Amino acid sequence: MCPHERGHGVNVLAHLSAGAGQPSPPAARSGRHRVLPYLLVLPGAAWLLLFFAVPLVQLAGASLYDPTGSISTGYALSWAFGNYPAAVQAYWPQFGRSFLYAGVALALALLMGYPLAYAIACKAGRWKNLLLVCVIAPMFSSFLVRTLAWKTILSDNGALVGLLRDVHLLGPDGRLLATPIAVVLGLTYNFLPFLALPLYASLERLDRRLLEAASDLYAGPLETFRRVTLPLSRPGLIAGALLFFIPATGDYINAELLGTPNEYLIGNVIDSAFLVRLDHPQGAALSMLLMSVILAVVVVHLRRAGTENVL
Amino acid sequence: MRRVLRPLTRRGLLSGTLGSAALLVAGGTLAGCGTPAGQQTEQGCVSEDLSGSEKTLTFSNWPQYLDVDSDDESKRPSLDGFVRESGIQVTYTEDINDNNEFFGKVQHQLAACQSIGRDIMVLSDWMAARMIRLGWIQKLDPSKLPNVEANILPSLRGRSFDVDNQFAIPWQSGLAGLAYNGRVTGEIRTVDELLTRPDLKGRVTALSEMRDTMGLLLMSNGHDPAAFTPAQFDDALHKLQRAVDSGQIRRFTGNDYAPDLAKGDVAACIGWSGDIIQLGFDDERITFVVPDSGVLLWSDNMLVPNRASHRANAQELINYYYDPAVAARLAAYVNYICPVQGAQAEMEKIDPELAANPLIFPDETMLAKARVFMTLDEQQERAYETKFQQVIGA
Repeated sequence: MCPHERGHGVNVLAHLSAGAGQPSPPAARSGRHRVLPYLLVLPGAAWLLLFFAVPLVQLAGASLYDPTGSISTGYALSWAFGNYPAAVQAYWPQFGRSFLYAGVALALALLMGYPLAYAIACKAGRWKNLLLVCVIAPMFSSFLVRTLAWKTILSDNGALVGLLRDVHLLGPDGRLLATPIAVVLGLTYNFLPFLALPLYASLERLDRRLLEAASDLYAGPLETFRRVTLPLSRPGLIAGALLFFIPATGDYINAELLGTPNEYLIGNVIDSAFLVRLDHPQGAALSMLLMSVILAVVVVHLRRAGTENVL
Repeated sequence: MRRVLRPLTRRGLLSGTLGSAALLVAGGTLAGCGTPAGQQTEQGCVSEDLSGSEKTLTFSNWPQYLDVDSDDESKRPSLDGFVRESGIQVTYTEDINDNNEFFGKVQHQLAACQSIGRDIMVLSDWMAARMIRLGWIQKLDPSKLPNVEANILPSLRGRSFDVDNQFAIPWQSGLAGLAYNGRVTGEIRTVDELLTRPDLKGRVTALSEMRDTMGLLLMSNGHDPAAFTPAQFDDALHKLQRAVDSGQIRRFTGNDYAPDLAKGDVAACIGWSGDIIQLGFDDERITFVVPDSGVLLWSDNMLVPNRASHRANAQELINYYYDPAVAARLAAYVNYICPVQGAQAEMEKIDPELAANPLIFPDETMLAKARVFMTLDEQQERAYETKFQQVIGA
């Protein structure tokens, strides 16, 4: 049971004040108040329009360019929907691999992240803030530097591989670097905080009285966890899983630095389409596809899980 | 009665935003009509030279590609010498890390005939060739470059992408060949050994620069990278594919193979001569190998992009660096192949050991084995690069 108790009175007060502050029916309000929310939204909306919607439109347009175009001749918008099947046909293995690796990494991150978040939220006591800082602190250094550090840790001549060889978990020529294991570990490590922090926030908000009630009703610790804690932490779980899964699927740094060509993900392909092969229509088509598939996964996920507490 | 605005809710806002974004996508694609041609011509994109009134120059280069004072890193002896001699203030930035990335950064401005704010940039042969082909590079005036005319290495004259040496003047050159770490593996002599020897399995890297890796493979098949057929390219690519499939090749790299080779995670690789010489200073068992089948000779070239407004100042700097004494000072620091004849004699005074190093001042036998990769047109470039990228996994 969580030893950490929060003042109940505060919660009650919050509820009361929320009730008192219910907006009165809109018709009764003055015109200025009705327009105000829209005015407040304006800067953010303008920002999104300029730096998200417009580039997205351009990307969608580029994905339909005539694939025979080039930088010297320019690209014509020829509604070449064939770019999509062509891109899938050429790169479906990397597509599948991206989702597979991100999925496995997500499973690993859940196994590590849930106990971590639970421990910090409920069991850490006065160490809570310190532990939170420990989770966040690696983010102060660059993503690239952290991934490069893993190259040293997993190095063929490093201590870790040596130990694994000694206990015969790895063959005498076995290695971790440049294998799928390294890439999945890299993904798990790099995005773990995105999973753990929302989870922590929702576990920390958990109403401890419900746990007491559960034990009053003769539920054991496991039963309480399964029927009270887990369902109540679901919003955090869903938000965390999405925040983890979305960047992990599009990531290419981990595959590039810790993997081999046989581990390359769709992000590597898009990078090369835009920068090396200069096949802009294909790169754009792959990007749009990746976004749509992720969006579909997210929508299905949210449909099943309910959105009220996430969005 | 006036219509009442609905109160703003989170969901309403979200669905509204998504809806308008969708509309925008539909409308935007209808309105969008492709991108204009990026090809420029000398008449179409005229650059004004302000060198007469402005004694300044902006110079973009790769990191660690210019000599620095061993006591004070902020001092650059050769460049400071130029500033003193010419009175031209140079803004030197090390902002080129990768040809493709840099191209991605400047392509939109250059395609639209706009300034990229640089007077000189240093790019590799094939990227220089591409930009020259696109008409993005200003022609230089040979009469203002007497040192280049007099001192450039004969093998760097009349390269197919710049037959009259009018656009691209080599800054430094280098070789792409084999290298190995003698602490973790025995000697390696040939490309075939690198790609098939079982004890090297998973401990080999190759370069992600298509021309360097494929050039070496073409030569190992007895073909000439300066003139090959698509069938010969496919043969070589097939050989590479087998090495990737068997797990022999661990990774395709840029400069980042160097630390892995030094650590021994990578036992042998396709690499660049300058990197290996520098690793060799720390560990003499790291060795560069010129396979009997041949090596690739490449250069990084000084280019003056369109709309750069200090072409005359740039020419002055290019000419300055083709003075053998200056070139020797630079070569003593960067350890790549010096493209300037006569620098070897000057180097004798600075460091006789470096002067005798064939990887900095190649001798006749070395040059006889060195080939420059053939210049590709746009279609060939894309076709070969696509095939190569598919083999290297992206």
